Amino acid sequence: MDLSAISPTLLIASLMVAATPLLLAAIGELVVEKAGVLNLGVEGMMIVGAVCGFAVSVETGSPYLGILAAMAGGAILSMLFAFLTQFALANQVASGLALTLFGLGLSALMGQSYVGVKPPVMGKVDIPVLSDLPFVGHILFGHDIVLYMGLGLTAAVWAVLKYTRAGLVLRAVGENHEAAHALGYHVVRVRILAILFGGACAGLGGAYISLIRVPQWTEGMTAGIGWIALALVVFASWKPWRVLLGAYLFGGINVLQLNLQAAGIAIPVEYLAMSPYLITIIVLVILSADKSAAPASLGRPFHASN
Amino acid sequence: MIQLEKRPQPSRFWSLFTPVIAVIVTMIAGGLLFAALGKNPIEAIRTIFYDPLFGEFSFYYRPQLLVKGGPLILIAIGLSLGFRAGIWNIGAEGQYILGAICGAAVGLAFYPTESVFIFPLMILAGLLGGMLWSMIPALLKVKFGTNEILVSLMLVYVAEQLLASMSLGLLRNPDGHGFPGSRNFQDYPSGHNTEILAGTGLHWGVAAAFIAVTFAYILLNKHILGFNIRLTGEAPRAARFGGVNPTRLTILCMGISGALAGLAGLFEVSGPSGQISIDFNVGYGFTAIIVAFLGRLHPIGILLAGLLMALTYIGGEIAQANLGLPAAAIQVFQGMLLFFLLALDLLSNFRIRLAVKGAA
Repeated sequence: MDLSAISPTLLIASLMVAATPLLLAAIGELVVEKAGVLNLGVEGMMIVGAVCGFAVSVETGSPYLGILAAMAGGAILSMLFAFLTQFALANQVASGLALTLFGLGLSALMGQSYVGVKPPVMGKVDIPVLSDLPFVGHILFGHDIVLYMGLGLTAAVWAVLKYTRAGLVLRAVGENHEAAHALGYHVVRVRILAILFGGACAGLGGAYISLIRVPQWTEGMTAGIGWIALALVVFASWKPWRVLLGAYLFGGINVLQLNLQAAGIAIPVEYLAMSPYLITIIVLVILSADKSAAPASLGRPFHASN
Repeated sequence: MIQLEKRPQPSRFWSLFTPVIAVIVTMIAGGLLFAALGKNPIEAIRTIFYDPLFGEFSFYYRPQLLVKGGPLILIAIGLSLGFRAGIWNIGAEGQYILGAICGAAVGLAFYPTESVFIFPLMILAGLLGGMLWSMIPALLKVKFGTNEILVSLMLVYVAEQLLASMSLGLLRNPDGHGFPGSRNFQDYPSGHNTEILAGTGLHWGVAAAFIAVTFAYILLNKHILGFNIRLTGEAPRAARFGGVNPTRLTILCMGISGALAGLAGLFEVSGPSGQISIDFNVGYGFTAIIVAFLGRLHPIGILLAGLLMALTYIGGEIAQANLGLPAAAIQVFQGMLLFFLLALDLLSNFRIRLAVKGAA
């Protein structure tokens, strides 16, 4: 085993790349859950976003159009969930699972002719002075645009939830939908918008995997990242900056485990590969003692019957 | 203006008929999907739903119905108990894998000894393996309030890695010339899950599925535990006041579902599949979730739904071979079925009224 083969600069840079899909999906799901809806279909929306983004990028040659298509794909799939839970008042857990099962099948079907195809490369953002800084420059300023979008999105979600009226309404709907309804807010409308936002974010996260991180299309390539994103929201106690922290932590674990595999450590590959999932469970256990941060109406259906 | 009015109780008529309507709507939507893929929709639907039962080669496909339906029914019965009480074990796929690994390990440990006690021991090991794996989310939920959905699902990925490790390492066939995968149970009579009646597909796992259906029916209708499960699902507060212990209920429901999923895995590995291999699991644990909902979480319903879902698997394979229908199309088809079912559930819980806006 040769641990010196692991370069810290590359490690941190690839950590940021590995964390971005998680961050995007989790920040979207955070908004959805803040509105009082539990969408377990993140994995399904991510994989559909991944295939939509990949297919459109390959067909048009533009990764940016692909990114847009991925967001649209995720949002369209989330509309099914919105319809089921907000109009048909179906059970949210079952609907989310349906979304994931359906999304996995649909993506496999859509992606058949794209296996083994190389997608167009998305250019790196080159910031004149900053990118040339010796150590920091390579780590922080040599990435693609979507990575920075993820960071910007985190800040935006934090600011909107904390300082704006729209954020307040969204939180009111999530904390107590009856009271919000009585105050004249459109509970269902707010929730549908939140679900669509979550879908678009998950789709974007998926496309980040298929277009930038890997970059190629294989069936079921999200491999549970959507589920880890769901766990991350709980881990972060529904706070945007903690989602960022959590995403980087999990990104780090994943990159480290891949590097250890490559360095040929004496632990079998399979046991290293299960570590992100095991660590997710452990973190969930440690943090689930405190449930006070969860939106009070989370997962409860709303119907204005009177 | 269409308005929804909540029914005081779910309509019995609609809860019986929505699954039927959902199947029909899915066939129509599936037909459209197949047409979009450039296949003749009527031929595709016929290939999936008619040919396996009454077609030219149905003598071969009919037994497959039991082989594929058995594990689905067995797993779904276990899941349905928890789902009724609002306990969401969605990691049945992992428990299925662990049941297979533990059961196979016990069987292989005795190889090549021949004894009538080996297969029962394997069954016990499979059952315990699945149950212990489901105890992880159950105990974490009970002790720390950890979300059982996420934990049970994470453990599926862990189980898949464990399966890979086992088929490449510990359980690899020593006479297999280095190929991954364990010894085949077909070559080991004491550990082989044989057909009870040759040529019918009725192996011990299918028998276990039928027994599970019967027991679940009795449990839900005649036993206090079944009553407590139903009460907790329909009126959690009343259940609490009525003295139902939620901790015990969680452990029991998760344990039973894990044990049944483990059994399904053991019967699969020692019978139809024959060996532990990297791609041993084919998603029965997830499809069983659809089966449980399609069967309305009712034992008899699950029996029928499991057979129907098995039909789509077999029909899908035929359509794949004869019409070139992609394998993923059938997965989409199964996903759609759950969608339509959930959407149509509206009819059993709500009355749809045409109302003048603002009248109230």
